[in-house]
Amino acid sequence: MNRPGDLAHHTLSVLVENKAGVLARVADLFARRGYNIVSLAVAPTDDVAFSRITIVVDVESAPLEQIVKQLFKLINIVEIQELSAFDAVERELMIATIEAPTETRTQIVELVNIFEGKILAVGPAAITVSLDGAPSKIDDFETLLRDYGIRDLQRTGRIALPKMDRSVPVLRAVGDS
Amino acid sequence: MTGATAPDSATTSETTTSDRVNGGEALIRSLEMEDVEIVFGYPGGAILPVYDPILDAGLRHVLVRHEQGAGHMAEGYAHATGKPGVCMVTSGPAATNVVTPLADAMLDSVPMVCITGQVALPAIGTDAFQECDTTGITRSVTKHNFLVTRAEDIPRTIREAFHIATTGRPGPVLVDIPKNIVDANNPDAYFEWEWPEDLDLPGYNPNLTPADVDINAAVDLIMAAERPVLYVGGGVLKARGAQALLELAEMTDIPVVTTLMARGAFPDKHELCLGMPGMHGNYTAVTAIQRSDLLIAMGSRFDDRVTGKVGAFAPDAKVVHFDIDPAEHGKVRKPDVSVVGDCRISMELLNEELRQRGLPAANPDRSPWRQQVSGWQEKFPLTYEQSQDGELLKPQYVIERLRDLSPSDTIVCSGVGQHQMFASQYWEFNHPYTWINSGGLGTMGFSIPAAIGAKAGMPDRMVWAIDGDGCFQMTAQELVTAAVEKIPVKIALLNNSYLGMVRQWQSLFYEERLSEVHLGYDVPNYVMWAESMGCVAFRVEDVDEVDAVIAKANEINDRPVVIEFRCHADENVYPMVPAGGSNDDVIVDPSQTPLLEAERAAAAIAAAEGETA
Ligand SMILES: Cc1ncc(C[n+]2csc(CCOP(=O)(O)OP(=O)(O)O)c2C)c(N)n1
Ligand SMILES: [Mg+2]
Repeated sequence: MNRPGDLAHHTLSVLVENKAGVLARVADLFARRGYNIVSLAVAPTDDVAFSRITIVVDVESAPLEQIVKQLFKLINIVEIQELSAFDAVERELMIATIEAPTETRTQIVELVNIFEGKILAVGPAAITVSLDGAPSKIDDFETLLRDYGIRDLQRTGRIALPKMDRSVPVLRAVGDS
Repeated sequence: MTGATAPDSATTSETTTSDRVNGGEALIRSLEMEDVEIVFGYPGGAILPVYDPILDAGLRHVLVRHEQGAGHMAEGYAHATGKPGVCMVTSGPAATNVVTPLADAMLDSVPMVCITGQVALPAIGTDAFQECDTTGITRSVTKHNFLVTRAEDIPRTIREAFHIATTGRPGPVLVDIPKNIVDANNPDAYFEWEWPEDLDLPGYNPNLTPADVDINAAVDLIMAAERPVLYVGGGVLKARGAQALLELAEMTDIPVVTTLMARGAFPDKHELCLGMPGMHGNYTAVTAIQRSDLLIAMGSRFDDRVTGKVGAFAPDAKVVHFDIDPAEHGKVRKPDVSVVGDCRISMELLNEELRQRGLPAANPDRSPWRQQVSGWQEKFPLTYEQSQDGELLKPQYVIERLRDLSPSDTIVCSGVGQHQMFASQYWEFNHPYTWINSGGLGTMGFSIPAAIGAKAGMPDRMVWAIDGDGCFQMTAQELVTAAVEKIPVKIALLNNSYLGMVRQWQSLFYEERLSEVHLGYDVPNYVMWAESMGCVAFRVEDVDEVDAVIAKANEINDRPVVIEFRCHADENVYPMVPAGGSNDDVIVDPSQTPLLEAERAAAAIAAAEGETA
């Protein structure tokens, strides 16, 4: 299975006008030209006129340069940044319900603690956990959980921003990990 | 108003400063603001409110007989005049009927604005009568589309639509307008008229002027090349760049090929013109590209009908690619130098830089290359065999006679098929904007409505549509439009009784197993049909009658004319590069095959000797 951390994947941070149908235009373009989307996350930015779409693309389906150029032809797309794992901060959130009979429950709780995740709900035979962090960390967590039996799992797809330029002192850097 | 007493002053100031309009009036007024002189359209429920203010508008509405016709007319108008074509239709089935012309305009970069009615906003999403998801359906066949939700947004949206359609790489833009926001009975559809000063398109900034470094790099390659070819596409016409191209070619002495979309961008009679390359291009144009060491791609996009097998296309050539659309650069062939910008501006800068470097005096000697090229022209010209006594006409001959008996600035439109290729090959295009066809989408039925649109935009020019019998049957009803609206186009119907192009492929690649391609000569009776639509109609079967009938047709200026030319059923279009094949394996006219085979054998021996030596 392809993972978001693979080299064949690339993250695009796309600033779009916050207008009806923009997401459909982006999705249509990928479908029509045969480009694969690995994950997609959309939300408004601090400016209500714009939203940011973070798309992880499969660059084996088409050269990244073509994907970016075709995307940029969409009138509502204002800016596209290509983010490599090296110059971006990336985060993703996962929630999962895991089989947790009494015999294995403590092991799962231990795993959640090691990964600094959270326990959201506990039932007689299952437990729902959440974890946010770098996509690779979530990949690892998911792999380890798999042995216990995953009932349901949902990941948000990653969001990303470029790393700040550390040579310039920026107060907001505090808290960026 | 009666009486001479001054009305109370408050009312006066109100009537003079207030300019309230409803959405329908605003739409028409916005079209007038965009200098629209003609709208091709067809009314219906959702667009009804807009058809009322049309009665008082300062623009012409042409009532078509099928919405596909409205779209192709808008395209023909745009091709011929350079101005955006406008069509207007209602919702649902009318909107789906314009999908084909939109796709056609998208692939051929035709500036066009299409206005569609939509069901009232509250009804959207309820599967209302004649509702369809027009913006969803047309998303991938438009450069952009809009669904307007407030009457007061109409002027700005129309302005943006025209701006997007006509700038950068041109294309079709659709504006979908719900009925309630143009409804004169809806108080919410009224607003204070205002024509927007500024556009709100933060994501749209086409780059017109190329970077100096890229122009310089292009000049370096041009100066170093020994066997350069200017590979000219439709982008040169869209950029109004024919004059700059002429100057560029003459200053550098570089031969020019004009693709199917660029016929007329460079005069065919010019000694540097090699004509059309590609699947049915002539031998010299195809071969010059194959042997070239530098391809100067000017507003062309390495379409598969030009390249054949991409890996074998112009194998020794470096490529300088000029195109306004960044996405075309490297899409098919990776350029050595990429010049993003408007083709006319780019060529003007290129010409300037070439002069700076001492051209034309300092131009490299291109005579060896020019001689090689003219050698091919002499050996492998376009050719066909004239029909024998009693045989039906050859389509190539008919086109030659039409060409020679019509003014040189005649606008020629064509359908899709063999007749289209013959027209492109045998007409002599010496003026830009005289050749209008459906290149990218290959839309049968294009020619009649496109010719009507072209003639409506250029009433003083002669307009000939060269059509096939298959194509004619797809859109012939628009001749009613032409007759009623007094748009006197001329149709040369090359009736070969077959879907000829498909028949040719079945003959060549399916062992002559002809499947579902026969139409027959006699049904329909084209002359009767044309006459019933208000046209003057002739039938020509004999070589001796061709000239006289064409001359007669060329004299008719008050009605559309149809000439049915009964043509040979088994004529094939040559040269031909089989689909997916290499351009090196071009098949020439059977009469030239022995010579070509001898040449190829000699070249193979020479190459082998070169290797052993
Ligand atoms: C709308 C549409 N349907 C089908 C085709 C496929 N097609 C390409 S050429 C052709 C035959 C055209 O026949 P005709 O108009 O008689 O022209 P001819 O080739 O005989 O000159 C067909 C069916 C097409 N290009 N467009
Ligand atoms: Mg035919």
